[in-house]
Amino acid sequence: MPERTLVQAVRDALYEEMERDDRVCVLGQDVGRKGGVFKATEGLQQRFGAERVMDMPLAESSIAAVAQGLALEGFTPVAEMQFADYSYPAFNQIVNEIAKVRYRSNGDFSCPLVIRAPTGGGVRGALYHSQSPEAFYCHVPGLKVVLPSTPADAKGLLKTAIRDPDPVIFLEPKKLYRAERQEVAQGEAALLSLGSAAVVRQGRDLTAVTYGYMRAVTMQAAAKLRPDGIEVEVIDLRTLRPWDVETCVRSIQKTGRLAVVYEANRSGGFGAEVVAELAERCFASLDAPVSRIASPDVPAMPFSLALEHAFMLNPDKVADGLRRVARY
Amino acid sequence: MLEAYRTVLRARALDDRRFVLNRAGKLAFIISPRGHEVAQVAAIAALQPGRDRFCLYYRNFAAALACGFTAEELMLAAFARAADPSSGGRQTPGNFGSRRRGVVIGSSTVGPQIPKAAGIGLALKWRGEGALCYVSFGEGATSQGDFHEGLNFAAIHHCPVIFFCENNHWAISVPQALQVAGPGVAERAAAYGIPGVRISGDDFYAVHAAVFEAAERARSGGGPTLIEAEVLRLQSHSTDDDQRAYRDPAELAAEALKDPIPRMRDALITRGWLSPQADQAMRDEVNREVEKATEAAEAAPEPEPGSLGRHVYADA
Repeated sequence: MPERTLVQAVRDALYEEMERDDRVCVLGQDVGRKGGVFKATEGLQQRFGAERVMDMPLAESSIAAVAQGLALEGFTPVAEMQFADYSYPAFNQIVNEIAKVRYRSNGDFSCPLVIRAPTGGGVRGALYHSQSPEAFYCHVPGLKVVLPSTPADAKGLLKTAIRDPDPVIFLEPKKLYRAERQEVAQGEAALLSLGSAAVVRQGRDLTAVTYGYMRAVTMQAAAKLRPDGIEVEVIDLRTLRPWDVETCVRSIQKTGRLAVVYEANRSGGFGAEVVAELAERCFASLDAPVSRIASPDVPAMPFSLALEHAFMLNPDKVADGLRRVARY
Repeated sequence: MLEAYRTVLRARALDDRRFVLNRAGKLAFIISPRGHEVAQVAAIAALQPGRDRFCLYYRNFAAALACGFTAEELMLAAFARAADPSSGGRQTPGNFGSRRRGVVIGSSTVGPQIPKAAGIGLALKWRGEGALCYVSFGEGATSQGDFHEGLNFAAIHHCPVIFFCENNHWAISVPQALQVAGPGVAERAAAYGIPGVRISGDDFYAVHAAVFEAAERARSGGGPTLIEAEVLRLQSHSTDDDQRAYRDPAELAAEALKDPIPRMRDALITRGWLSPQADQAMRDEVNREVEKATEAAEAAPEPEPGSLGRHVYADA
């Protein structure tokens, strides 16, 4: 199997799905000749032409709206928002239009499409290239939300998202685009179903539920706790809507403790939903209060490296939070 | 032509009945097409329902009839019944949708259908079968960024789209002078390098001719057209609004005398296509149809409460 970075895996998924099904098309700003600002669509226009890989005007609402129009006509568009921060001009199209097509037509219409966007910080992207807006979209019935953290997961989940009959918001942690190489399967062998979490580290003392870039940070934090005799079980959700409640419940029944680690602002974040659901489901199994380990409630991540570090979670901060839950 | 006139009469009679039913507490909410009917039916009559796509907006009650919705179907929507073909009673009446008729399900927000229609137009262009997408909206929607984004994209890619603005000069209580800078909507087409025309929306022939010409252009690869049809809003914005509270009584009285339906009738009589007797007979027929539609819709079952969670996703 070839070794791929996460961004190469995204590109491979697009390439394979476009080869497989000529209804699949790609649209977004700079996705054509340039191949995307992160190179996620590199070479696609040369292979598939300027219609199936379309450079769009700098206007996110119409990127979402045109994708919707294509989907309503039986095409399978994969739209790119250049940064998740810039998906907000398309918010009405995504939330009021795309997400509700099936429901408001009582099943007469559907809108299968994928909106991809790089998400998260840690790359000196400052306030407007670092945001983690997944909670906005996770709040919307009708949407599915995927946020992978490895090349293989990114490829498998994106291929599945493209084949899904409903609209999928596909968020890619830009910090991980080139962070690691991994062997990635090709073709049908790469497919992964949505809504399935991965237990990425076994442990008996504490369950840490996480996703995206925070998976790597949480794994490092777990390693730091090992000398203290604290064994952390780490779960990578991979899909946030629908999310894999059962895998988390089984883990908590074993460990009796839960922390959720996420990069977005703490209040109203997706981790709050995870905590609420698991507290409802696992109250009798819990030996300690559940905990959110998340970014501070400031508007966004500043440009200054000192302030970026102050904002971002790192293995030490996460280890401190996990230790508190373990020792309660 | 007489069928178009019958559709106009049907729209008016249904709407009048809906208002009575609203005031009687039987219908929760209605948006009236009163004053727009002739323009809407003339536009659709120049197109090909079944082949073309239609992105309608909430005042397009008469346009929906022209696209093939029946009186009973629209009454089912007014009563929010399970058999409402657009949404099964989920949306306010005025959000029309029917896949088999090419009427693309709308929503209640203002303007998002404009760039969506551009995307549908792109798909139709790729398919190359000569179909087009018609999208309508009021002048208030032209203030939205989506208006610009939709026209810009459709013009860049020569998408087969007809942008049809029904300018009734009022967006609820805000007049055109506070809504649209410059002389009007049609002039904006020049900025996109596409044809823009302003027509009198109470002139059936003018509207039909303008839409037909735009359709020929779209089908032959000539790209989009922006049409501004000037119409009168002879009813308040909705049943929850009373325009007497913010509009000049003398102006309202003068507009009421300019109802486009008598003008259409007189034009048909002048051409010898309709007699006063035939007109009355047609009105009687339409009224009976409305009566029947109302009775059937009122008696039709409401959606099952258990259906609330259906069609959120494909598998539910």
